Amino acid sequence: MTQSSKNKSIEIETTLDDHRIAKLAAFAIGLHMLEAVFPSPLPGVKPGLANIVTLFVLYRFDFATAAWVSLLRVFASSLLLGNFLSPTFALSLSGALLSLAALFFAQYLPRRYFSAVTLSVFAAFAHMTGQLLVVRVWLIPHTGVAYLIPIFMAAALVFGVVNGLLTNYLLRINPAGLDEDKG
Amino acid sequence: MVSALKWSKPLLGDVLVILFGLFFVAYLFKGLWHNEHAAKLQIRLGDKIYASYSLDQNRNIDIQGPIGITRIVIANGKARFASSPCPNQYCVHQGWLSHKGQAAICLPNQVSLELLGGEKPFDSLNY
Repeated sequence: MTQSSKNKSIEIETTLDDHRIAKLAAFAIGLHMLEAVFPSPLPGVKPGLANIVTLFVLYRFDFATAAWVSLLRVFASSLLLGNFLSPTFALSLSGALLSLAALFFAQYLPRRYFSAVTLSVFAAFAHMTGQLLVVRVWLIPHTGVAYLIPIFMAAALVFGVVNGLLTNYLLRINPAGLDEDKG
Repeated sequence: MVSALKWSKPLLGDVLVILFGLFFVAYLFKGLWHNEHAAKLQIRLGDKIYASYSLDQNRNIDIQGPIGITRIVIANGKARFASSPCPNQYCVHQGWLSHKGQAAICLPNQVSLELLGGEKPFDSLNY
């Protein structure tokens, strides 16, 4: 009896929100892993499927939950892929942070006219900007990087639109109120 | 929050944002990729302009720098460092330059070359 109560006392109190964030982050990490397996034509050009989860969470829950999910995904994925604190991780983190900053402002756009497609495009552009800043300032301090900017931004636009449409679709097939459904 | 059914398709604002994105990307391509072929080659030695040459000729230029002779070659509207006495050979490995605004530098020998079009795309460069 005393043993069991002792054990109980060192358990971390978790709320329903914690479980929800963990569950959603796990889903985002899964997508991140999936993407890491596929080779990309240019380093840095990736679909960013995990951003779909961030957008979905932003719409279904709130910005704070989306930020948690996004940042947990960056940290956990880097630990799983073994690139924590490496340049890859720095790129991922700076992209996620700028992407969240863009979403923070974009979420206030009138939803009558702007769907997840808009948010996704802004997030993708911001993500790419964050990555390019790290590349330019830290990794390749050379003006030649400028030649790659148009390609990266074009990729960001394409994947931003695709992810936005997918998010719209997921939001449609998972109507609000189903907290447990991750999409 | 709000009915999800309404967001299943891109809305008017989305289309505008996508168009804005397309213009943005097009602007980036236009601004950052000047594909205009250069007409002139300008060589600097130290802080002075050493000489300017037209690219409509084939010739070799030997320049005496602080650590030796750097050879620059002009051929078929392109220019390159052919040889330089520097240890790392970055300038030589940059290869042929043909577009306006491109530049190559050999820092150890203080020689730099820059391709110019009709007019320079920027006012100045500091090394």
